[in-house]
Amino acid sequence: MKEIKFILNGKEVSVKADPLKRLLDVLREDEKMTGVKEGCGEGECGACAVLKDGVLVNSCMIPLGAAEGSEIVTPEGIRETDKGKCIIDAFGDAGAVQCGFCTPGMMMATEALLTINNKPDESEIREALSGNLCRCTGYDLIVKGVQIASERGKDLW
Amino acid sequence: MVDSYRPKDLKDALSIRAEYNPQPLAGGTDLMVRYQSWSGTLPLFTKSVMFVGHLKEMKYIKKEAKDKTVTLVIGGTATLTDVANHPDTPVVLKEAVLSIAAPALRNNATLTGNICNASPAGDSICALYALDAVIVIEKSGSRREVPITEFITGPGRTILGPDELVTAIKIPLKASSVNDFTKVGTRRANALSKLSFTGVADYKNGRIDSIALTFGAVGPTVVRSVELEKKLIGLSGPELKAMIPKVIDDYSTVIVPIDDQRSTAVYRKKVALNLLEKYLKELSSHE
Repeated sequence: MKEIKFILNGKEVSVKADPLKRLLDVLREDEKMTGVKEGCGEGECGACAVLKDGVLVNSCMIPLGAAEGSEIVTPEGIRETDKGKCIIDAFGDAGAVQCGFCTPGMMMATEALLTINNKPDESEIREALSGNLCRCTGYDLIVKGVQIASERGKDLW
Repeated sequence: MVDSYRPKDLKDALSIRAEYNPQPLAGGTDLMVRYQSWSGTLPLFTKSVMFVGHLKEMKYIKKEAKDKTVTLVIGGTATLTDVANHPDTPVVLKEAVLSIAAPALRNNATLTGNICNASPAGDSICALYALDAVIVIEKSGSRREVPITEFITGPGRTILGPDELVTAIKIPLKASSVNDFTKVGTRRANALSKLSFTGVADYKNGRIDSIALTFGAVGPTVVRSVELEKKLIGLSGPELKAMIPKVIDDYSTVIVPIDDQRSTAVYRKKVALNLLEKYLKELSSHE
Protein backbone atom coordinates (compact mmCIF):
# COMPACT_ATOMS: atom_id res chain seq x y z
CA MET A 1 0.00 0.00 0.00
CA LYS A 2 1.19 3.46 -0.85
CA GLU A 3 -0.23 6.94 -0.57
CA ILE A 4 -0.64 8.17 -4.14
CA LYS A 5 -1.71 11.67 -5.13
CA PHE A 6 -3.28 12.81 -8.34
CA ILE A 7 -5.70 15.50 -9.50
CA LEU A 8 -9.26 14.30 -9.86
CA ASN A 9 -11.71 16.63 -11.59
CA GLY A 10 -9.61 19.64 -10.62
CA LYS A 11 -9.03 18.70 -6.95
CA GLU A 12 -6.00 16.98 -5.52
CA VAL A 13 -6.84 13.61 -4.00
CA SER A 14 -4.71 11.17 -2.06
CA VAL A 15 -5.47 7.47 -2.23
CA LYS A 16 -3.97 4.75 -0.07
CA ALA A 17 -3.84 1.67 -2.26
CA ASP A 18 -1.64 -0.83 -4.04
CA PRO A 19 -0.02 1.07 -6.96
CA LEU A 20 -1.06 -1.79 -9.24
CA LYS A 21 -4.76 -1.30 -8.47
CA ARG A 22 -6.55 -0.35 -11.66
CA LEU A 23 -7.35 3.35 -11.94
CA LEU A 24 -10.89 2.21 -12.86
CA ASP A 25 -11.32 0.54 -9.44
CA VAL A 26 -9.75 3.47 -7.60
CA LEU A 27 -12.16 5.87 -9.31
CA ARG A 28 -15.25 3.75 -8.70
CA GLU A 29 -14.50 2.34 -5.25
CA ASP A 30 -12.21 4.80 -3.47
CA GLU A 31 -13.49 7.97 -5.09
CA LYS A 32 -17.11 6.91 -5.79
CA MET A 33 -16.93 8.16 -9.36
CA THR A 34 -19.38 5.61 -10.65
CA GLY A 35 -19.90 7.42 -13.95
CA VAL A 36 -16.83 5.45 -15.00
CA LYS A 37 -18.11 2.00 -16.04
CA GLU A 38 -16.43 -1.34 -16.43
CA GLY A 39 -17.43 -3.15 -19.61
CA CYS A 40 -14.78 -5.52 -20.88
CA GLY A 41 -11.88 -4.72 -18.55
CA GLU A 42 -9.40 -5.18 -21.38
CA GLY A 43 -9.40 -1.96 -23.35
CA GLU A 44 -11.85 -2.93 -26.07
CA CYS A 45 -15.12 -1.23 -25.11
CA GLY A 46 -14.29 2.29 -23.88
CA ALA A 47 -16.92 2.30 -21.08
CA CYS A 48 -14.17 3.18 -18.57
CA ALA A 49 -12.79 6.08 -20.64
CA VAL A 50 -11.45 9.09 -18.74
CA LEU A 51 -9.17 11.96 -19.64
CA LYS A 52 -5.59 11.67 -18.37
CA ASP A 53 -3.61 14.88 -18.77
CA GLY A 54 -6.12 15.95 -21.39
CA VAL A 55 -6.18 12.83 -23.58
CA LEU A 56 -8.66 9.98 -23.73
CA VAL A 57 -7.51 6.73 -22.06
CA ASN A 58 -9.06 3.50 -20.81
CA SER A 59 -8.90 3.52 -16.99
CA CYS A 60 -9.09 -0.29 -16.82
CA MET A 61 -5.59 -0.56 -18.31
CA ILE A 62 -3.87 2.01 -16.12
CA PRO A 63 -2.43 1.00 -12.77
CA LEU A 64 -2.82 3.73 -10.14
CA GLY A 65 0.96 4.10 -9.86
CA ALA A 66 1.14 5.10 -13.52
CA ALA A 67 -1.39 7.88 -12.89
CA GLU A 68 0.48 9.44 -9.95
CA GLY A 69 0.59 13.21 -10.35
CA SER A 70 -1.65 13.20 -13.43
CA GLU A 71 -4.83 15.13 -13.99
CA ILE A 72 -7.75 12.76 -14.32
CA VAL A 73 -11.18 13.88 -15.50
CA THR A 74 -14.19 11.56 -15.21
CA PRO A 75 -17.73 12.07 -16.57
CA GLU A 76 -18.54 13.69 -13.18
CA GLY A 77 -15.91 16.31 -13.97
CA ILE A 78 -17.51 17.47 -17.20
CA ARG A 79 -21.18 16.82 -16.37
CA GLU A 80 -21.80 20.26 -14.86
CA THR A 81 -19.65 22.27 -17.26
CA ASP A 82 -21.07 24.13 -20.28
CA LYS A 83 -19.35 21.64 -22.58
CA GLY A 84 -20.65 18.67 -20.60
CA LYS A 85 -24.21 20.05 -20.61
CA CYS A 86 -23.95 20.68 -24.34
CA ILE A 87 -22.92 17.04 -24.97
CA ILE A 88 -25.61 15.66 -22.63
CA ASP A 89 -28.38 17.74 -24.24
CA ALA A 90 -27.18 16.89 -27.74
CA PHE A 91 -27.12 13.16 -26.94
CA GLY A 92 -30.60 13.46 -25.44
CA ASP A 93 -32.01 15.32 -28.42
CA ALA A 94 -30.42 12.90 -30.90
CA GLY A 95 -31.75 9.83 -29.07
CA ALA A 96 -28.16 8.71 -28.63
CA VAL A 97 -28.88 7.01 -25.30
CA GLN A 98 -30.68 3.71 -24.97
CA CYS A 99 -29.46 1.50 -22.11
CA GLY A 100 -26.93 4.18 -21.20
CA PHE A 101 -24.03 1.98 -20.18
CA CYS A 102 -21.70 3.19 -22.94
CA THR A 103 -22.86 6.81 -22.67
CA PRO A 104 -20.31 8.13 -20.13
CA GLY A 105 -17.46 6.72 -22.24
CA MET A 106 -19.05 8.13 -25.40
CA MET A 107 -19.29 11.54 -23.69
CA MET A 108 -15.60 11.44 -22.76
CA ALA A 109 -14.64 10.43 -26.31
CA THR A 110 -16.80 13.30 -27.64
CA GLU A 111 -15.18 15.80 -25.27
CA ALA A 112 -11.71 14.55 -26.30
CA LEU A 113 -12.58 14.83 -30.00
CA LEU A 114 -14.15 18.30 -29.86
CA THR A 115 -11.19 19.58 -27.85
CA ILE A 116 -8.81 18.83 -30.72
CA ASN A 117 -11.26 19.23 -33.61
CA ASN A 118 -14.42 21.27 -33.00
CA LYS A 119 -15.83 20.72 -36.50
CA PRO A 120 -15.31 17.00 -37.14
CA ASP A 121 -16.83 15.36 -40.20
CA GLU A 122 -18.68 12.07 -39.95
CA SER A 123 -15.63 9.89 -40.59
CA GLU A 124 -13.61 11.77 -37.98
CA ILE A 125 -16.43 11.27 -35.48
CA ARG A 126 -16.60 7.53 -36.23
CA GLU A 127 -12.81 7.24 -35.86
CA ALA A 128 -12.91 9.13 -32.55
CA LEU A 129 -15.64 6.79 -31.24
CA SER A 130 -14.04 3.64 -32.70
CA GLY A 131 -12.85 2.44 -29.29
CA ASN A 132 -16.29 2.76 -27.71
CA LEU A 133 -18.72 -0.09 -28.11
CA CYS A 134 -22.49 0.40 -28.04
CA ARG A 135 -24.76 -2.63 -28.34
CA CYS A 136 -28.06 -0.71 -28.55
CA THR A 137 -28.05 2.22 -30.90
CA GLY A 138 -26.23 1.02 -34.00
CA TYR A 139 -24.05 4.14 -33.57
CA ASP A 140 -25.84 6.41 -36.06
CA LEU A 141 -27.73 8.25 -33.32
CA ILE A 142 -24.55 8.73 -31.30
CA VAL A 143 -22.78 10.17 -34.36
CA LYS A 144 -25.78 12.48 -34.75
CA GLY A 145 -25.42 13.48 -31.08
CA VAL A 146 -21.80 14.42 -31.60
CA GLN A 147 -22.73 16.42 -34.71
CA ILE A 148 -25.39 18.36 -32.76
CA ALA A 149 -22.91 19.00 -29.92
CA SER A 150 -20.35 20.24 -32.42
CA GLU A 151 -22.85 22.62 -34.07
CA ARG A 152 -24.31 23.98 -30.85
CA GLY A 153 -20.98 24.12 -29.07
CA LYS A 154 -18.95 25.86 -31.74
CA ASP A 155 -18.16 28.68 -29.30
CA LEU A 156 -17.40 26.32 -26.42
CA TRP A 157 -14.55 24.25 -27.89
CA MET B 1 0.73 -8.99 -4.53
CA VAL B 2 4.03 -7.76 -5.94
CA ASP B 3 6.21 -4.72 -5.33
CA SER B 4 6.19 -1.77 -7.66
CA TYR B 5 8.65 1.01 -8.33
CA ARG B 6 8.25 4.50 -9.71
CA PRO B 7 11.70 5.78 -10.68
CA LYS B 8 12.28 9.54 -10.71
CA ASP B 9 14.35 9.50 -13.91
CA LEU B 10 15.97 7.15 -16.42
CA LYS B 11 19.14 6.76 -14.35
CA ASP B 12 17.07 5.74 -11.35
CA ALA B 13 15.06 3.36 -13.56
CA LEU B 14 18.23 1.65 -14.83
CA SER B 15 19.57 1.17 -11.32
CA ILE B 16 16.23 -0.26 -10.07
CA ARG B 17 16.13 -2.53 -13.11
CA ALA B 18 19.65 -3.77 -12.34
CA GLU B 19 18.95 -4.34 -8.66
CA TYR B 20 15.46 -5.89 -8.68
CA ASN B 21 14.84 -6.90 -12.35
CA PRO B 22 11.23 -5.65 -12.29
CA GLN B 23 8.89 -5.90 -15.28
CA PRO B 24 8.91 -2.47 -17.00
CA LEU B 25 5.40 -1.08 -17.59
CA ALA B 26 4.98 1.92 -19.91
CA GLY B 27 1.38 2.24 -21.16
CA GLY B 28 0.25 -1.05 -19.60
CA THR B 29 -2.09 -1.80 -22.50
CA ASP B 30 -0.64 -5.28 -23.07
CA LEU B 31 0.49 -6.12 -19.53
CA MET B 32 -2.73 -5.10 -17.77
CA VAL B 33 -4.65 -7.44 -20.08
CA ARG B 34 -2.14 -10.29 -19.80
CA TYR B 35 -2.26 -10.23 -15.98
CA GLN B 36 -5.93 -9.23 -15.71
CA SER B 37 -7.87 -10.90 -12.92
CA TRP B 38 -11.48 -10.67 -11.75
CA SER B 39 -13.20 -7.32 -11.88
CA GLY B 40 -12.27 -5.16 -8.91
CA THR B 41 -9.21 -7.20 -7.97
CA LEU B 42 -5.51 -6.55 -8.49
CA PRO B 43 -3.89 -7.73 -11.71
CA LEU B 44 -1.87 -10.91 -11.07
CA PHE B 45 1.65 -9.85 -11.99
CA THR B 46 4.16 -12.62 -11.43
CA LYS B 47 7.07 -10.31 -10.61
CA SER B 48 7.61 -6.78 -9.42
CA VAL B 49 6.67 -3.93 -11.74
CA MET B 50 8.46 -0.67 -12.57
CA PHE B 51 6.43 2.19 -14.02
CA VAL B 52 8.34 3.90 -16.83
CA GLY B 53 5.61 5.64 -18.87
CA HIS B 54 6.05 8.90 -16.92
CA LEU B 55 9.79 9.22 -17.69
CA LYS B 56 9.89 12.48 -19.65
CA GLU B 57 13.48 12.01 -20.86
CA MET B 58 12.26 9.25 -23.19
CA LYS B 59 9.10 11.02 -24.37
CA TYR B 60 10.43 12.52 -27.60
CA ILE B 61 10.62 11.95 -31.34
CA LYS B 62 13.48 13.66 -33.15
CA LYS B 63 15.46 13.61 -36.39
CA GLU B 64 19.20 13.07 -36.35
CA ALA B 65 21.44 13.70 -39.37
CA LYS B 66 24.83 12.06 -39.69
CA ASP B 67 26.90 11.45 -42.86
CA LYS B 68 23.96 12.11 -45.22
CA THR B 69 21.80 9.60 -43.32
CA VAL B 70 18.78 11.01 -41.56
CA THR B 71 17.43 8.90 -38.72
CA LEU B 72 14.16 9.24 -36.87
CA VAL B 73 14.71 8.51 -33.20
CA ILE B 74 11.61 7.55 -31.23
CA GLY B 75 12.06 7.73 -27.46
CA GLY B 76 11.13 4.80 -25.25
CA THR B 77 7.99 6.39 -23.82
CA ALA B 78 6.65 8.01 -27.00
CA THR B 79 3.06 6.83 -27.45
CA LEU B 80 1.52 5.38 -30.59
CA THR B 81 -0.40 8.66 -30.94
CA ASP B 82 2.88 10.61 -30.79
CA VAL B 83 4.30 8.34 -33.54
CA ALA B 84 1.20 8.65 -35.74
CA ASN B 85 1.14 12.45 -35.41
CA HIS B 86 4.82 13.10 -36.12
CA PRO B 87 5.36 14.61 -39.59
CA ASP B 88 8.51 12.55 -40.26
CA THR B 89 7.08 9.13 -39.38
CA PRO B 90 7.37 6.87 -42.48
CA VAL B 91 3.95 6.31 -44.02
CA VAL B 92 3.91 2.53 -43.50
CA LEU B 93 4.67 2.94 -39.80
CA LYS B 94 2.01 5.62 -39.48
CA GLU B 95 -0.56 3.37 -41.12
CA ALA B 96 0.52 0.40 -39.00
CA VAL B 97 0.21 2.41 -35.80
CA LEU B 98 -3.19 3.81 -36.77
CA SER B 99 -4.40 0.26 -37.45
CA ILE B 100 -3.77 -0.62 -33.80
CA ALA B 101 -6.82 -0.59 -31.51
CA ALA B 102 -8.47 2.85 -31.09
CA PRO B 103 -7.53 6.40 -29.99
CA ALA B 104 -7.79 5.85 -26.21
CA LEU B 105 -5.42 2.89 -26.36
CA ARG B 106 -2.99 4.58 -28.74
CA ASN B 107 -2.83 7.60 -26.40
CA ASN B 108 -1.39 5.35 -23.70
CA ALA B 109 0.43 2.51 -25.49
CA THR B 110 4.07 3.03 -26.47
CA LEU B 111 5.88 1.90 -29.62
CA THR B 112 8.63 0.46 -27.42
CA GLY B 113 6.06 -1.56 -25.49
CA ASN B 114 4.64 -2.96 -28.72
CA ILE B 115 8.12 -4.19 -29.68
CA CYS B 116 9.05 -5.56 -26.25
CA ASN B 117 5.73 -7.44 -26.15
CA ALA B 118 7.06 -9.11 -29.33
CA SER B 119 3.73 -10.51 -30.46
CA PRO B 120 3.91 -12.16 -33.90
CA ALA B 121 0.73 -10.14 -34.60
CA GLY B 122 2.26 -6.82 -33.46
CA ASP B 123 1.33 -4.45 -36.26
CA SER B 124 4.05 -1.88 -35.72
CA ILE B 125 6.66 -4.67 -35.74
CA CYS B 126 5.75 -5.71 -39.31
CA ALA B 127 6.41 -2.12 -40.48
CA LEU B 128 9.56 -1.72 -38.36
CA TYR B 129 11.10 -4.87 -39.92
CA ALA B 130 10.59 -3.35 -43.37
CA LEU B 131 12.09 -0.03 -42.23
CA ASP B 132 15.30 -1.62 -40.84
CA ALA B 133 14.59 -0.29 -37.35
CA VAL B 134 17.34 -0.47 -34.76
CA ILE B 135 16.59 -0.93 -31.06
CA VAL B 136 18.58 1.13 -28.55
CA ILE B 137 19.13 -0.84 -25.34
CA GLU B 138 20.63 0.63 -22.19
CA LYS B 139 21.71 -0.56 -18.80
CA SER B 140 23.57 1.29 -16.08
CA GLY B 141 26.87 2.30 -17.61
CA SER B 142 26.44 0.84 -21.10
CA ARG B 143 24.38 0.99 -24.24
CA ARG B 144 24.04 -1.13 -27.37
CA GLU B 145 22.11 -0.95 -30.63
CA VAL B 146 20.59 -4.05 -32.21
CA PRO B 147 18.60 -4.49 -35.45
CA ILE B 148 14.96 -5.37 -34.72
CA THR B 149 15.41 -8.69 -36.57
CA GLU B 150 17.93 -9.73 -33.91
CA PHE B 151 16.07 -8.12 -31.01
CA ILE B 152 12.96 -10.31 -31.36
CA THR B 153 13.72 -14.02 -31.09
CA GLY B 154 10.26 -15.61 -30.95
CA PRO B 155 6.65 -15.07 -29.82
CA GLY B 156 6.91 -12.84 -26.74
CA ARG B 157 10.68 -13.32 -26.62
CA THR B 158 13.45 -10.76 -27.04
CA ILE B 159 17.14 -10.53 -26.22
CA LEU B 160 16.49 -7.80 -23.63
CA GLY B 161 18.51 -8.61 -20.51
CA PRO B 162 16.87 -8.50 -17.05
CA ASP B 163 18.92 -5.39 -16.19
CA GLU B 164 18.30 -3.58 -19.48
CA LEU B 165 15.67 -1.18 -20.86
CA VAL B 166 14.80 -0.23 -24.43
CA THR B 167 15.29 3.52 -24.45
CA ALA B 168 14.72 4.38 -28.12
CA ILE B 169 13.96 3.05 -31.59
CA LYS B 170 15.95 4.35 -34.55
CA ILE B 171 14.57 4.35 -38.08
CA PRO B 172 16.81 5.33 -41.00
CA LEU B 173 14.71 7.61 -43.23
CA LYS B 174 15.12 6.42 -46.83
CA ALA B 175 13.53 7.35 -50.12
CA SER B 176 10.53 5.12 -50.72
CA SER B 177 8.05 5.84 -53.50
CA VAL B 178 5.76 2.79 -53.37
CA ASN B 179 4.50 2.11 -49.85
CA ASP B 180 1.86 -0.25 -48.56
CA PHE B 181 0.82 -1.40 -45.11
CA THR B 182 -2.27 -3.60 -45.01
CA LYS B 183 -3.75 -5.26 -41.96
CA VAL B 184 -6.36 -7.97 -42.20
CA GLY B 185 -8.47 -8.23 -39.03
CA THR B 186 -12.02 -9.08 -38.07
CA ARG B 187 -13.02 -5.43 -37.94
CA ARG B 188 -11.36 -2.03 -38.33
CA ALA B 189 -10.95 -0.95 -34.71
CA ASN B 190 -9.72 -2.95 -31.73
CA ALA B 191 -9.02 -6.15 -33.67
CA LEU B 192 -5.78 -8.09 -33.49
CA SER B 193 -4.31 -9.02 -36.86
CA LYS B 194 -5.07 -12.22 -38.72
CA LEU B 195 -2.09 -11.12 -40.78
CA SER B 196 -0.40 -7.96 -41.95
CA PHE B 197 1.81 -6.95 -44.87
CA THR B 198 4.30 -4.15 -45.40
CA GLY B 199 5.97 -3.22 -48.67
CA VAL B 200 8.40 -0.34 -49.22
CA ALA B 201 10.43 0.16 -52.39
CA ASP B 202 12.14 2.83 -54.43
CA TYR B 203 13.26 3.15 -58.06
CA LYS B 204 16.44 4.82 -59.27
CA ASN B 205 16.97 5.42 -63.00
CA GLY B 206 14.02 3.16 -63.80
CA ARG B 207 15.29 0.20 -61.79
CA ILE B 208 14.38 -1.02 -58.32
CA ASP B 209 16.98 0.44 -56.00
CA SER B 210 15.64 -0.74 -52.64
CA ILE B 211 12.82 -3.00 -51.54
CA ALA B 212 11.58 -4.58 -48.30
CA LEU B 213 8.64 -6.96 -48.01
CA THR B 214 7.45 -8.15 -44.58
CA PHE B 215 4.60 -10.31 -43.33
CA GLY B 216 3.15 -10.23 -39.81
CA ALA B 217 1.28 -12.97 -37.94
CA VAL B 218 2.26 -15.68 -40.43
CA GLY B 219 5.15 -17.11 -38.37
CA PRO B 220 6.71 -17.00 -34.88
CA THR B 221 8.26 -13.65 -35.79
CA VAL B 222 7.68 -11.23 -38.68
CA VAL B 223 8.77 -12.85 -41.96
CA ARG B 224 11.27 -11.02 -44.14
CA SER B 225 13.61 -12.61 -46.69
CA VAL B 226 16.49 -10.35 -47.64
CA GLU B 227 17.68 -13.01 -50.10
CA LEU B 228 14.43 -12.95 -52.05
CA GLU B 229 14.42 -9.14 -51.97
CA LYS B 230 17.93 -9.10 -53.48
CA LYS B 231 16.62 -10.93 -56.54
CA LEU B 232 14.34 -7.96 -57.22
CA ILE B 233 16.98 -5.23 -56.95
CA GLY B 234 17.90 -3.81 -60.34
CA LEU B 235 14.74 -4.91 -62.12
CA SER B 236 12.75 -2.49 -64.23
CA GLY B 237 8.98 -2.29 -63.82
CA PRO B 238 8.21 -4.52 -66.86
CA GLU B 239 10.87 -7.03 -65.80
CA LEU B 240 9.33 -7.21 -62.34
CA LYS B 241 5.88 -7.66 -63.87
CA ALA B 242 7.06 -10.70 -65.83
CA MET B 243 8.60 -12.20 -62.69
CA ILE B 244 5.61 -11.82 -60.34
CA PRO B 245 4.42 -15.48 -60.57
CA LYS B 246 7.94 -16.68 -59.76
CA VAL B 247 8.23 -14.27 -56.81
CA ILE B 248 4.90 -15.48 -55.42
CA ASP B 249 6.16 -19.07 -55.74
CA ASP B 250 9.35 -18.19 -53.88
CA TYR B 251 7.45 -16.49 -51.07
CA SER B 252 5.03 -19.39 -50.75
CA THR B 253 7.94 -21.44 -49.39
CA VAL B 254 8.90 -18.89 -46.70
CA ILE B 255 5.38 -18.04 -45.50
CA VAL B 256 4.40 -20.92 -43.24
CA PRO B 257 1.60 -19.79 -40.91
CA ILE B 258 -0.33 -21.76 -38.29
CA ASP B 259 -3.99 -22.17 -37.32
CA ASP B 260 -5.02 -20.32 -34.18
CA GLN B 261 -8.08 -18.63 -32.65
CA ARG B 262 -7.86 -15.68 -35.03
CA SER B 263 -7.42 -17.38 -38.38
CA THR B 264 -6.29 -20.48 -40.25
CA ALA B 265 -2.97 -21.31 -41.90
CA VAL B 266 -4.61 -21.71 -45.32
CA TYR B 267 -6.36 -18.33 -45.15
CA ARG B 268 -3.29 -16.52 -43.86
CA LYS B 269 -1.02 -17.88 -46.54
CA LYS B 270 -3.47 -17.22 -49.37
CA VAL B 271 -4.18 -13.66 -48.27
CA ALA B 272 -0.49 -12.89 -47.57
CA LEU B 273 0.41 -13.97 -51.10
CA ASN B 274 -2.53 -12.03 -52.54
CA LEU B 275 -1.36 -8.87 -50.77
CA LEU B 276 2.15 -9.47 -52.05
CA GLU B 277 0.86 -9.89 -55.61
CA LYS B 278 -1.24 -6.74 -55.38
CA TYR B 279 1.76 -4.77 -54.10
CA LEU B 280 4.14 -6.12 -56.76
CA LYS B 281 1.64 -5.31 -59.51
CA GLU B 282 1.40 -1.76 -58.24
CA LEU B 283 5.16 -1.52 -57.89
CA SER B 284 5.73 -2.81 -61.44
CA SER B 285 3.53 -0.04 -62.84
CA HIS B 286 5.74 2.67 -61.26
CA GLU B 287 9.18 3.73 -62.37
